[in-house]
Amino acid sequence: MKITPEEVRYVATLARLSLSEAEVEKTTLQLDTILSYVEKLDELDTSSVQPTTHALALRNAFREDETKASLSQREALANGPLQNGEAFVVPRVI
Amino acid sequence: MELHALTIHALQDLLAKGEISSLELTRSVLDRIDAVEDKVRAYITLDRNNALAQAEGADEQRKRGEGGSLCGIPLSIKDVLCTKGLRTTAGSKILEPFIPPYDATVIEKLRVEGAVILGKASMDEFAMGSANENCAYGVPKNPWNLAHVCGGSSGGSAASVAADECIASLGSDTGGSIRQPASHCGIVGIKPTYGRVSRFGLLAYASSLDQVGPLTKDVRDAAIMLKAISGYDPRDSTSVNQPVPDYTAALGADLNGLTIGIPKEYFGAGLDPEVEQAVRKGIGLLTEAGAKTVEISLPHTEYGVAAYYIIAPAEASSNLARYDGVRYGFRDHDQHELLEMYRHSRSQGFGEEVKRRIIIGTYALSSGYYDAYYKKASQVRTLIVQDYAKAFSQCDLLVSPVTPAPAWKIGEKIDDPLSVYLSDILTICTNLAGLPGMSVPCGMSSSGLPIGLQLQASHFAEEKIFRAAYALEQRLDLAGKKPM
Repeated sequence: MKITPEEVRYVATLARLSLSEAEVEKTTLQLDTILSYVEKLDELDTSSVQPTTHALALRNAFREDETKASLSQREALANGPLQNGEAFVVPRVI
Repeated sequence: MELHALTIHALQDLLAKGEISSLELTRSVLDRIDAVEDKVRAYITLDRNNALAQAEGADEQRKRGEGGSLCGIPLSIKDVLCTKGLRTTAGSKILEPFIPPYDATVIEKLRVEGAVILGKASMDEFAMGSANENCAYGVPKNPWNLAHVCGGSSGGSAASVAADECIASLGSDTGGSIRQPASHCGIVGIKPTYGRVSRFGLLAYASSLDQVGPLTKDVRDAAIMLKAISGYDPRDSTSVNQPVPDYTAALGADLNGLTIGIPKEYFGAGLDPEVEQAVRKGIGLLTEAGAKTVEISLPHTEYGVAAYYIIAPAEASSNLARYDGVRYGFRDHDQHELLEMYRHSRSQGFGEEVKRRIIIGTYALSSGYYDAYYKKASQVRTLIVQDYAKAFSQCDLLVSPVTPAPAWKIGEKIDDPLSVYLSDILTICTNLAGLPGMSVPCGMSSSGLPIGLQLQASHFAEEKIFRAAYALEQRLDLAGKKPM
């Protein structure tokens, strides 16, 4: 097996997901199939190949740091599932 | 033909001559939606009243002698593009209540051109899928045969165009998500060069691969739509500052001087014989039109799917971290501890395929596996880019099938994600290399399902694609064929 149920549980925690035991089992099997297929990449010697992250040669795009029109506080909060008119409300952290 | 069945360019003529109004046209399309939407299920959200108001506005603009290239033309929009005040779900339960406070740049541009927005088209959740079967709001059907998938992830866009439930649509393409449903639904779909069209306001899946593009009833309409949405946008730092040509000027009589490459790897084992036959016939018509052909090799094509299914999930795992139940979307209000609130909101809000890709991506980026998976895939991506560079030193265009087979039956592959991933093999490398690619109809299978022909070109060579696609369309005469 390329991946174990323990690893799937650990990765799910990193990804902030909570999986049921049945989901862990199914995901482990499916990931194993997918990762076995992806091993195909090891057929290629890439030791001297530079990685590509964007297909076009992009440069940093700079702009002047100017104040422009933006969303109002009311608009920015409007989609919050829990908000008090001034901020998004989350469970107590400290 | 009824108004809803016509193309943008035919309707522009009628509107310009004053023979019809946008209000009549929009009513005709809404009536059509009423008649067939129960069967097709192409839309997630319809914006009927606003559509009629926009149509009236367009008619007034036209009376004043104003109005752009899409003045009064009713469109559907893939539900992955933000529309101010109109719910945008990305096909996900996690965004069920999300009302964007702004328009995507492409939507702003469509509004400037006077387009009428009918509603939001169905899609695979967060654009992850190849059949539109991963949608929290139901599965749209292929208008040519309702038992078959319409393709994905821009499935609702393609189905709404094919069923005349809109005049044209906008979709997005990360690994084939415009071209593949266009092929399955017998319409035209183009994925532009990476950076040609702004991604601002496009809900991100894999940012180095995503690109917005049109799905239309014919090639000329695709040229009109692409011109309307293209161009540099300071709000998208990956958009490219290059002039936008009039793509309709590229539509001409012949293909003299054009060399088309036939990549042998795209005609390998597993290709449906009817698809091969239809594409070969298309190639024959392109040569009749004056194009020369040359056999090309893209030796790393077979590694595209493996590289993509590391790179795209890796980017997705990062992009989708924003859906945390705090700023927008679904939240599990029963959780009173922050981490548990995140985990439960995300687990209930995301569907199975999205969770699968987030987990693959997180795994591929996690400590100890980064070099073996993400870096390796990014290096293979370079080899794919180099294959194309070599190919385009020998030819102007690459011609191939879009999909290995016509649309499969709904439910047939639902428990076998890898077999669905493998069906993307002919479209995925285009995105890895950031190239433009189009699907244009080239025939029908014996069971009555459409077959598309794919044209790929070098960066910013969309005009060559339009030229060849138009020549093929003129010689095939499929345009009048309607599914229902």
